[in-house]
Amino acid sequence: MSLMKNILATSALSLSLGLASFASAQDYQPDPNAKPGGNIIVTYKDDVATLDPAIGYDWQNWSMIKSVFDGLMDYVPGTTELRPGLAESYEISDDGTTFTFKLRKGVKFHNGREMTAEDVKYSLDRVTTPATQSPGAGFFGSIKGYDAMADGSATSLEGVTVVDPYTVKIELSRPDATFLHVMALNFASVVPKEAVDEYGTDFGKHPVGTGAFKLSDWTIGQQLVFQKNADYWRSGVPYLDSITFEVGQEPIVALLRLQQGEVDVPGDGIPPAKFNEVMDNPDEAKRVVVGGQLHTGYITLNVQMEPFDKVEVRQAMNMAINKDRIVQMINGRATPANQPLPPSMPGYTKDYEGYPFDQEKAKQMLADAGYPDGFETELYVMNTDPNPRIAQAIQQDLSQIGVKVDIKALAQANVIEAGGTPKTAPMIWSGGMAWIADFPDPSNFYGPILGCAGAVEGGWNWSWYCNEELDAMATEADSITDPAKQDERLQKWSDVYMKVMEDAPWVPVFNENRYTMKSGRMGGADALYVDPVSIPVNYDYVYVTE
Amino acid sequence: MLAYLIRRLIQAALILLGVSFITFFLLFVLPADPVRQIAGRSATPETVANIRHQLGLDQPFIVQYWHYLTGLVQGDMGRSYLQKTEVATLIAARLPATLLLMLGAIVAELIMGLTLGIVAAIRRGGALDQSLMITSFVAVSAPQFVVGLLLLYVFAVKLSWFPIGGYGSFSNLVLPALTLGIMGSGWYSRMMRSSMIDVLRSDYIRTARAKGLRRFRVLALHAMPNAILPIIAMIGIDIGIFMSGIVVVESVFGWPGIGQLAWQAIQRVDIPIIMGVTLVSACAIVLGNLLADLITPFIDPRIKLR
Repeated sequence: MSLMKNILATSALSLSLGLASFASAQDYQPDPNAKPGGNIIVTYKDDVATLDPAIGYDWQNWSMIKSVFDGLMDYVPGTTELRPGLAESYEISDDGTTFTFKLRKGVKFHNGREMTAEDVKYSLDRVTTPATQSPGAGFFGSIKGYDAMADGSATSLEGVTVVDPYTVKIELSRPDATFLHVMALNFASVVPKEAVDEYGTDFGKHPVGTGAFKLSDWTIGQQLVFQKNADYWRSGVPYLDSITFEVGQEPIVALLRLQQGEVDVPGDGIPPAKFNEVMDNPDEAKRVVVGGQLHTGYITLNVQMEPFDKVEVRQAMNMAINKDRIVQMINGRATPANQPLPPSMPGYTKDYEGYPFDQEKAKQMLADAGYPDGFETELYVMNTDPNPRIAQAIQQDLSQIGVKVDIKALAQANVIEAGGTPKTAPMIWSGGMAWIADFPDPSNFYGPILGCAGAVEGGWNWSWYCNEELDAMATEADSITDPAKQDERLQKWSDVYMKVMEDAPWVPVFNENRYTMKSGRMGGADALYVDPVSIPVNYDYVYVTE
Repeated sequence: MLAYLIRRLIQAALILLGVSFITFFLLFVLPADPVRQIAGRSATPETVANIRHQLGLDQPFIVQYWHYLTGLVQGDMGRSYLQKTEVATLIAARLPATLLLMLGAIVAELIMGLTLGIVAAIRRGGALDQSLMITSFVAVSAPQFVVGLLLLYVFAVKLSWFPIGGYGSFSNLVLPALTLGIMGSGWYSRMMRSSMIDVLRSDYIRTARAKGLRRFRVLALHAMPNAILPIIAMIGIDIGIFMSGIVVVESVFGWPGIGQLAWQAIQRVDIPIIMGVTLVSACAIVLGNLLADLITPFIDPRIKLR
């Protein structure tokens, strides 16, 4: 945790590099103790849905895809700091709308063919074409010609040009300070056209990329095996010869197997029911790595529904919830939150104190707003542990200020549906569905969940909060592409979130920590086991010691 | 006999049609949108609309159902929304594991159930009989999740007699088959007990004893075959009961069968998989019942199929 904070403090993201190449980027220092070889076993409860980088969008396949594919940009392992991937260097025009990427030479796909600029263009066309059904297509909305792709009137992105086999130029229709992060998303991975054509819609089961590992076996419902890519373009990695992902394993069974030495990393983490038992055992606790993650758990207050249309009521709710107690209920696996951004996110407002926990004051505010006897409302919550218990704690806290809460515990899909339907769910506890950032940038916590764009039917802005003034501020912040003004941009984002807190459409409750357990033979820096972009671990850099 | 068979097959087809309609309808009215599961959180409204259109989910219920049905009769069960694979492939990859587990469970429940039932019948009214019947009652009512974890903890973790979950060898099969079979063994022991008691009361047994046959011979060769036969016919019905159990047992033991597949699909509103697994299970249940009915006349000639 502290390590991550340090890294964040010392690096204002590589965005600040601007016109320069990557000479000054602090890259990963190879681990002197790392030994090549060996196989590890990682378990998961659910099947792996797909390894197609244009499609895969759950935390399980996200890091697996990262190991099979590469994009133009990447992150320094264990950090949120950008570094070059398949691009060797890049240039940004003064107005921030033209990015020219120079590609590495001699990078080979798993099928042996060299990767070129044509492949970059093909991959971006593929992810934005509607037929691909990519959930990430919208991330590329700032590329010139995106709209024509989205409505089907074009088959290729106008803004992406192959200058020569090793140079690709991307023009944006508006300045986008987050664009380099977008190019580091899995959705921007480079894929070979011939392999996509060969397997068609089954490409996700037969992935071919440039990544550190290649898929060597996939037995549906049982296991996947990743084999080391001996020709990987980053020298020295990966360390492991192979990784076996065993699927269909309940977390509790995975933990038992880990304790017997049969498993190296339980991908679904430590089951809540066993958490204290593991942490009370010194031998096991020392093999648990704790880290922050880009996550906030919050209660949404639907501003279109009475009485949450009154800002005083929303503020009162913020003061009535005992966040410390909720954190205790989940065995201290989180830190109380006072604002939407998690502390490890750039743009987090450090000196903000948040609303105090003061039920007397909250009660008074309700009375002032015209609800001296409180009111009745509903709280939607996902029906898996610990969320119903957390909902009960919220219910108890609110009963102290006269608010009677009826808990609606439903399956995840039903809660999501209720949240995206107008005037349906007055309150939602986000647990199990909470926002985890796609990339480490403050803008990623705004648009879909707090901005007007998300406050639509089927959207994810479940408080239906839409403040056009803030939307304008957000757009302004993301237009600041000048690296020298990076601090100004982060300050603007900080201002946006402080204004959000004034209007109080959310009650931020906690930021969840991550607990990754590993077998005794696993090696590598702790940061690799709580890597902010690779969950549960960064497969390319971990190793085994025996 | 043939006429009976044809009539039953037509009935079976109608039942499956009904099951498909009801399931499809329930999934349609469910307040959960599969497109949002596919599109994820960051998708723009256009992306969502585009995916909805491509999957045909923007069409009226009856049109969607008709498309599904016409695909189905041509052997096309559709593609999984999230796994992006043919449902038929996914089910085919997992069905052998489920069938093996069921076979193991049937063997386990018969061995346990029949043995206990016979012993209880012989010792009717005694302390052994009563404690066995209480045990069978516990077996019938014990939640399979708990039984499974208990067996796993004792025999795999503590004693290391069997692997902790997994698939592939006989030793992997023992614990899940036992877990699934324990519930059935409770039923079988009770049925076997009463069936055995009936037979032991009958005249031919008295005759056999009267002519001086040894007790073991009377039990093993005269009484048991007649007492077991009506119970064998119940196996067909078991398949239906197993279908609900496999979801739990396969999850606990990491057994790669269709129960696991169904459970994952339900959580993610992956409608084509839910439909596929439901129909395959319904087929198994209908066929199991038909088989049970067809076997009965061979066991008991007094029953005629009409």
